[in-house]
Amino acid sequence: MPANRFNGFTEYGVGIGLRAPHYDHILSRKPVVDWFEIISENFMIGGGRPLHILDQILEQYKVVQHGVSMYFGSVQPLNREHLRRLKELVRRTKTPWLTDHLCWGSVDGRYTHDLLPMPYTFEAAKVTSQKIREVRDFLEVPVVVENVSSYAEFHVSEMTEWEFLNEVVERADCGILLDVNNIYVSSRNHNFDPFTYVNSVPAERVAQIHIAGHSKYQKYILDTHDHPVIDPVWRLYARAIERVGHTATLLEWDDSIPSFKEVHNEALKANRFLASASLATAV
Amino acid sequence: MSLLSLQRRMARAVMTPLTPSEHMRRVAPNGRPMRAVAAQFIKPNDRLTSFERLEIYNKQYWFRVLSNLMEDFPGLRAVVGDHRFEAMAKAYLTDCPSQSFSQRDLGSRLEGWLRRHPSRGGSRQALAVDMARLEWADIEAFDGKAEPSLLPEDIPQTSGRHLRLRLQPYVQLLDLRYPVDDLLLEVKDDGDSDFASNAFNERRKRKRVLAVARLKPSPVFLAVHRVDYSVYFRRIDREAFGMLSAIHQGKSLSQAIEFGFRRSAMPPAERPSSVEQWFRIFATLGWFCRPESDSPKS
Repeated sequence: MPANRFNGFTEYGVGIGLRAPHYDHILSRKPVVDWFEIISENFMIGGGRPLHILDQILEQYKVVQHGVSMYFGSVQPLNREHLRRLKELVRRTKTPWLTDHLCWGSVDGRYTHDLLPMPYTFEAAKVTSQKIREVRDFLEVPVVVENVSSYAEFHVSEMTEWEFLNEVVERADCGILLDVNNIYVSSRNHNFDPFTYVNSVPAERVAQIHIAGHSKYQKYILDTHDHPVIDPVWRLYARAIERVGHTATLLEWDDSIPSFKEVHNEALKANRFLASASLATAV
Repeated sequence: MSLLSLQRRMARAVMTPLTPSEHMRRVAPNGRPMRAVAAQFIKPNDRLTSFERLEIYNKQYWFRVLSNLMEDFPGLRAVVGDHRFEAMAKAYLTDCPSQSFSQRDLGSRLEGWLRRHPSRGGSRQALAVDMARLEWADIEAFDGKAEPSLLPEDIPQTSGRHLRLRLQPYVQLLDLRYPVDDLLLEVKDDGDSDFASNAFNERRKRKRVLAVARLKPSPVFLAVHRVDYSVYFRRIDREAFGMLSAIHQGKSLSQAIEFGFRRSAMPPAERPSSVEQWFRIFATLGWFCRPESDSPKS
């Protein structure tokens, strides 16, 4: 039974990101994995090996698309070619929902290929929510937006990040991909209580959760996705699950990628929290 | 400050090249102190100034795009050397920042840019341009679109002087001044080694430099294509190259054959059998798409 109207996929359980170093292991050993998340842009191509591999994965696994360059928060109009290719991929994967970031990254036709933070203003919320609606209407699939890690705050901001997230998703009427590692990273970089963030998110809109590791520097934390999940992030995850119930969860590991088994075992740690959420529902 | 104004200011700062010691520049391209630029829109906190917070994004941008270009153009790096490659990559990315949602396209304008900036290729400019073309063709051939192939048995049924064939979108045709295909294979073979040590890297670097120094101009006509999802470089005759290029431009079969043999030294008596052999090989490799008029109606 769906936990909420944006989360019709409570049976998805715990997935991991599909990454090239694991292709051979997955295709030859066919490990049991609840689902894979793919980076959409890696497969928005004409053909060749990447799509051949994706087709083999699709034959055996559930796949959800995660984008990194839609840039809902960029002022300029959506890139039509991007949308056209994304729709082709959506048709191929039959992704039940599609995620991308609450950020910007391009201006005047130039792309930074980064997830740049939004200024938390009402103007930005209006622009962003309008574009989320456009994408959803064009792709005809539920759109879910992810909070990003950030290292800068803007003078012009008129609200907190979680208030901005709420403003955007209410205006766009879309779901949330709650990245609890990103919340932790930003909380340390900007001196706020990460639990306040998790407690302020509208639970009825959370469709998916991300967990990941990060790197600590002397004066800030970088969201590097190259380490196991640390305990404070697991605690945030536990609180999120307590609030939103059993929700599709995914571990991101993008750099210094260890063996498939190590990544999968790290992801499966989430099950102990999901199990208690299921118990709580049953009681 | 409007959203657009903020995004323009931040993007301009983030895409400004780093200093040689990999820090954000003290002076913005417009001559203003970067500290003032950053302080205008970014808040400081108790650990970082506005400048330092902006610098995190500035560094991340350059580390990302430079490593991407290095990964995509190992052959060009071998041709011009590590130091010159880095300087060239920074200048190229400053002049030609990404205009695509995909980082895969980052090097799409490198060949044209190198031609407009001949000093960037160093003493081996022509070689550098050839290598940039080959490595971009490699990327295009790797993930380009494939359409249903024209099979060898289709040819007799569809033959005719006015037949227009189409090349597979992933097949890339290159006329090169240097045999850079051999060099690139050597460089890639080197790069596949897992063993890494300073001594080994030095030996590897010397080997590349020697390989480049040995390379003499020698025209090569190349088709970059793929078989079973792997990219291959296939050298072809000048006449076959001319013919395939004409087919790619939409010429009819007879026009393409005529074009291929312009100024050819091949004796006329040998030409029909050569054409037949080429077509058989190219069709077997799946380079031709089924003609549109032959495609089954849906």
